[in-house]
Amino acid sequence: MSTPAIQVSDLHKYFGEHEVLKGIDFHVNQSQVVCVIGPSGSGKSTLLRCVNRLEEPTSGKIFVEGIDITDPEVDLDAVRSRIGMVFQQFNLFPHMNVLDNLCVAQRRVKKRSKSEAVEIARQTLEKVGMADRENTYPAHLSGGQQQRVAIARALSMNPDMMLFDEPTSALDPELVGDVLAVMRDLASEGMTMMVVTHEMGFAREVGDNLVFMDDGVILEEGDPRQVLGDPQHERTKLFLSKVL
Amino acid sequence: MSLKRSTRRRLRDVGAYAALIAVIVVVVATADREAISKNFLDGDTWKGMWPDIILIGAKNTVKYTVIAFAGGIALALLLALMRLSPLRLYRWLATVYIEFFRGLPALVVIIFMALGVPLAFGWTPPGGTIGAGLIALIMVSGAYMAETLRAGIQAVPKGQREAAQSLGMNGFWTMVTVVLPQAVRIVIPPLTNEFILLVKDTSLLTFVGMQADQVELTSFGQQGLINYSNASPLLAIALVYLVISIPASQLVAHLERRQQRAAR
Repeated sequence: MSTPAIQVSDLHKYFGEHEVLKGIDFHVNQSQVVCVIGPSGSGKSTLLRCVNRLEEPTSGKIFVEGIDITDPEVDLDAVRSRIGMVFQQFNLFPHMNVLDNLCVAQRRVKKRSKSEAVEIARQTLEKVGMADRENTYPAHLSGGQQQRVAIARALSMNPDMMLFDEPTSALDPELVGDVLAVMRDLASEGMTMMVVTHEMGFAREVGDNLVFMDDGVILEEGDPRQVLGDPQHERTKLFLSKVL
Repeated sequence: MSLKRSTRRRLRDVGAYAALIAVIVVVVATADREAISKNFLDGDTWKGMWPDIILIGAKNTVKYTVIAFAGGIALALLLALMRLSPLRLYRWLATVYIEFFRGLPALVVIIFMALGVPLAFGWTPPGGTIGAGLIALIMVSGAYMAETLRAGIQAVPKGQREAAQSLGMNGFWTMVTVVLPQAVRIVIPPLTNEFILLVKDTSLLTFVGMQADQVELTSFGQQGLINYSNASPLLAIALVYLVISIPASQLVAHLERRQQRAAR
């Protein structure tokens, strides 16, 4: 077995007095898709955000491809450039058109030439079905289109893995499908993915592993069909009975 | 009284108009029209000021405003970033600076820089008294604009910074390519207001004295008043100030309306 893409051990996170993560141990293998589900406030987004240190872990270790990213000496920007992240609210840069949204980090972080960055940007836009909108500003795109551009922006950095923080939660129901389709394609190409989601259908079909979190701990994890079909824990049953 | 409400309102309006007309009649009747036309509308004086009022006075006013504004923005950006620094000392220094210079009359700072510093240290800032006065205006306007810029930077949603960081962008590029361009858009209307205030504050430079080719509008008017023994130059410079500042405030109103539309 090769090094896991993401390895988290005994992770604790406090917001002030409040303990949001109470000792998390888990890992994501290369090319695996791990979905994290759970009620709001369970700490699942915080866990995801700790993996690229948008949240600072209080204690515990996180290894990304074997590198301890909680080490104060680590080059955080370099680590982050290899981890794509997709946000619930898309967070496209509103003052740049689609193409510039995809090129700015390629140019500044990857030091790619303008023509190279544009070429890669166009390829990734093609992939998410947004090739015809490269000159459009985010405000003129629908939520689903914005999210697909946001995925393309992360992909244009050629990341080794992708983090998704409730990528479809802010979308109108009819726009969810397009975004999930892009994520499904990505998974089938072998991208390593960690997905915080409420889309149980996606978790069941695409996920290799499912993690159920509640109140800062992992209560249950395993094969998605197993966890969703025959949950062992009372709290998992209760949660699933509400969302399914 | 059994008057209808609309009738009563009409009577009240008529009363208000009558009072205004009475005041105007009294002012016009008692005004010394001859003195006004002789002192404010003297043809020879008006002709004598042309074209220097524009080519020297207005030109220098605009020039000093632009210099003070550009310098003020640069200083304000530095102060705003210090205010937002994780280092407590920087935050503290910036706060002290801002509170200090916002608490003083601009004129005191101008006199201090132009006359106090040379007297105390035997050192004259570059550009003589005008250079010193401009440095003072930069120091003061920088303090005001720093708070505006800080508010603009903080108004950029947190997710924008996070998106840039998640792409591996360092603090510098995150600030320069993502945060500042959005912050500047937010603060354009208040900064334009600051620009208008600066147009008027350049008149304070009158106090430090200047050479003939450095004269701005207020000094121009004041010297004209003495040279011609006539107040026409004051009316003239007042009109030029309005020609500069009214379009600028119209621009602010336009920008604010556009921004409200964009925010929707």
